[in-house]
Formats: sequence, structure tokens, C-alpha cells
Amino acid sequence: MPEAYPMIKTDNLSKKFNTTLAVDNLNLEVSEGEVFGFLGPNGAGKTTTVRMLTSLIGPTSGSAIVNGYRIGQQDTEIRRSVGILTETPGMYDNLSAEFNLEIYANLYEVKDARGQVEKYLRMLGLWDRRQDEAGTFSKGMKQKLAIARALLHEPRILFLDEPTAGLDPEASHLVHDFISELRKEGRTFFLCTHNLDEADRLCDRIGVFKTHLLVVDTPANLRNQLFGRKVVFHLVDSNETMAASVRALPFVREAKIVDNKLLVNLDEPETHNPEIIRTLVGLGANIQFVGELRHSLEDVYLQLVKNA
Amino acid sequence: MNKIKTIIRKEWAEVFKKRMVLFTVIFMPLFLSVLPLIILYSMGGSAAGSANAELPAQFKQICKESMTAGQCMQYYIVSEFLIMFMLIPLFIPVNIAAYSIVGEKTTRSLEPLLATPITTGELLAGKNLASVIPAILATWAGFGIFAVGSLIITGGGALASALLDPMWLIAIFIAGPLMAVLSVNFSIMVSSRVNDPRVAEQLSAVVILPLLAVFFGQIAGLFILNSTLVLFICLALVFIDILMVYLAVRLFQRETILTRWK
Repeated sequence: MPEAYPMIKTDNLSKKFNTTLAVDNLNLEVSEGEVFGFLGPNGAGKTTTVRMLTSLIGPTSGSAIVNGYRIGQQDTEIRRSVGILTETPGMYDNLSAEFNLEIYANLYEVKDARGQVEKYLRMLGLWDRRQDEAGTFSKGMKQKLAIARALLHEPRILFLDEPTAGLDPEASHLVHDFISELRKEGRTFFLCTHNLDEADRLCDRIGVFKTHLLVVDTPANLRNQLFGRKVVFHLVDSNETMAASVRALPFVREAKIVDNKLLVNLDEPETHNPEIIRTLVGLGANIQFVGELRHSLEDVYLQLVKNA
Repeated sequence: MNKIKTIIRKEWAEVFKKRMVLFTVIFMPLFLSVLPLIILYSMGGSAAGSANAELPAQFKQICKESMTAGQCMQYYIVSEFLIMFMLIPLFIPVNIAAYSIVGEKTTRSLEPLLATPITTGELLAGKNLASVIPAILATWAGFGIFAVGSLIITGGGALASALLDPMWLIAIFIAGPLMAVLSVNFSIMVSSRVNDPRVAEQLSAVVILPLLAVFFGQIAGLFILNSTLVLFICLALVFIDILMVYLAVRLFQRETILTRWK
């Protein structure tokens, strides 16, 4: 990520409920325009963190600055400048979609309230159903309506708590596309999700959290740090000599044969693959194709949470 | 001010979609304005017949000297209904206010609402007015029907002027709204502390008890409502209302409401 003004900066941010420590000394920086994924198991303290950063609840200790405002001191300014998609849409079910948004546009002091409501209803494909009660909407439509609500005042930072939870793949895809579009406008996203594929696709960096922050990095770096990079060579016939010869190369960490496939663990496959191929061809191997074995973010996440 | 108006609009749009709430707001004042009129009308003949009858002391205490015994009896009975006009602003808004916060909790709309830049004062002012205004307007409308009806039925004599006595006007136009504010703030306090709308409604109904004591106290002859007592009640209500508003705002702990609600 390029150097940019941190939109979110926390300094030993902690929250305790009676004797339960929900968030422990969170130190985090999220830059402008970044999509930051906040991952963690249920009860890890993700929602508590979002609530603190959106000035819904106060920290027990530590501090945080959101969009240049200090939590606990400039709460109204923070609420005015951030958008939040809560875990459940929480719409007024017996009011129309349009009226639901109008209420929030007024509460956020949006100047052209009607214009903004129309803009987002159209953008999210809900304009034709604007007069229908929100309670008649499907889960996906309600979620879209809640996203529209979070955007009415054009916040620079958006906190999304499980934006695609319970949505079908089509609706999830729409939400992902919408986030990608908004990202182009330079908005900052703080995305809490259990959907690791979603985090992998959308996030510049992810933080794995379980009461305290376990790790923060890009998804690719996390994979590499935990599992290294693996290349798989599909061979017509393989034998242990080939594995041993490849293993002897100085840049190879590990090589083994599994079902006529040679799995090679190494740091820079872009640089070293040609030499491995030359070695294998020299040993008479018939290479069908070569590919990188990608660990899923789920593997990374499970490994980190397990170790925690 | 815009945020308060928005909350009021939202509350009314939600609440008045529920037919039972609308029925409560319209029916009770209408019932309590029509019933004394029916009594006035039906007693018209017998009142004239008992013009010189001896009256119990408690009747005489509340009647004007210019009234006949029959008019005095009519006035005594109808005045009991007039106390009900003080009761209406107390119980109509309970229904609306008791649901106002706990309803937002159950529909999960409270968190996005509290995430907006609205202050606790603005939120509670909106919720307050959304409950108080319909109660007051319905009461005043009911009293208006009663006043016009009683003037028509009695022909505007001593009975009518007694019924439209300044004491009753103060009771209905000043004490009534003050009672509505008391009732609403109490209900909002309860609503923000409980997690079940039914519990909120049941607990909020407790606020009606003191006025019921006034109602039954007068029927039992324990005391007679007069201008001094009504003014004293108004003054006491002003202080109680200030205290209730203060407590409602103080007890509305955003964090506790959000984190304890499951």
C-alpha cells in the first residue's frame, strides 16, 4: 500500500466487560483507501472493536483516532464521518425502503436527502421497490438497503460487519462488486468477515484477531510466511531420484513425490522454476504442466487461530 | 430540531400503522367525551324534577350556589368523568412510549440509529414528543367534543359554566400535558432498561396508579378537587417532569443498552 494518512489508528485500545477482556491492547493502522479485513472466530471481539471505532461504546483504556477524530472526545464527529453496516440490517420493516433511507439521510444531516436516497436506491437496484415495506424484502435486498443506509452521507470510512452473512452467492457477488466499485472512489473499508474467500478477494491486508491482534499482513504474505510457496510439477512418470535431485538444489526447501506429482517448496518460484525444469528434463522426466499450489486463506486462518 | 422531527415522523409512521394503537388513541377520548354527554342528556328530566331535593354534603361542596340540586347531582357525576380527561394523557402515550426503545432493540434497529450523530437528548425528545403530542391532541379533541355537547344539552346555564370552569380547563390543558410528559418519560426509562416489550408495557402502566388514587379518592369523598389543589398538582408535576426528563436521559446508557441486549 502506498504511504497514506492513517484513517484508523489505535493505540493499546482495550475493552473489558466486568471481568471479561473483549479487546486487549489493539494496535492497528489502516490507511486511506485500504480495504482492511478483520478476521476472527465468534466472540473474538470484532464487533466490540467496530463499536469502539464507531463511537458506539467507549474503550476501557487506550485510544483511537478515526478519520482524524479521537474516540471518546469527538464521538459526534466520528459518527458523522463513518458509515456502519451492522451485523443485522435493523431496518424498520413496516416502513417503505425509501422512507427508511430518508430517516437516516436526515439524521446524518445530508443536504440533498432525497437525491442521495434516489442515488443509492438506483445504484443498488432497489429503486423500483422503493415504496415497498422493507419487511417484504429478501435478506439480500435488506442487506443492500442497509449498505445504502451506510453510504447516504458519503462517509470516507465504512465499517462492514459481516456484509454477506446469510446471502446467496448471487447477492454476495453483488455486494462484492459494489465494495470494489466504492473502493475505486478511495474510501477506506474495515471489513469484519467470516468469509475467508471474501477477505482474500477484497482485502489489501487482513488482521487475524482473537481478543488481541495475532497478525496483520497481506493475504499473500501470510500464506508465504506460514506455508511458504509450493510448486507442483505434474509428471508422466516419477521416481524418488527426481525428488532427491531437486531436493539437492540450494534454493529448494523441500521436495516430495505424491501421485506422480512433484511438490516443491521454495521461496522464489519465478526465478528458480526454470532450473528445476532443466534438472527434471535432464533426468528424463516428461513434464505435463506446472502450477503453483495455493494455500487457501482458510488454511492460514485456521493455523493462526489454532496456534493462538 | 430536524433530527427530532425526523424521529417523530418515524415513530408516527410506525406506530399508527398498528390499528390497535390508533384505536387506543382515538377510541378512549371519544368514549370518555360521549359517555358524560349521554349521562347529561339522560339526566335532563330527572334533574329538573329533583330541583329542590336535599343533597349530601360532599355534593354541595363542589357545586356552585346558583345550581339546583339536580344540576349539582349532574355536575358531580360528570365531574368524575372530567377527571378521566386528566387520565387519558397518562395512559394513551404509555402504549407508544413503552415500545419506543425496547421495540428498537427487538427489531435490531437501535444500533444503526445510535451510530448516527443524533444525541441522546434529541433521540429522547423525539420519542417523547411522538408519544405526548397524540395523547394531548386526542384529549383536547375529546374535551372539545364534550364541551360543545354539554353546552348544547344544558343550554349554557349554570351547569355548563361549572363544567367549563377554569379549574377544569387548567386540569385538562395544563395538568394533562404535564401528566403525559411524566407518563412518557417513565415509560421510556422502563423501555430502555428492559428487553421485552410486554414487560415494558406492564411496568409502564404502574404510572397510572397515582392518578387512579385521585380518581377514587374524589369518588370516595376523601378530598374534593378544587382550583388550589389542581394548581398544586400542576406545580408538583412540573418538578416531577423535570426530574423524570433528567433521569430518562441519565439512565439511557447507550453502551449498556447495546452490549446487554442479546
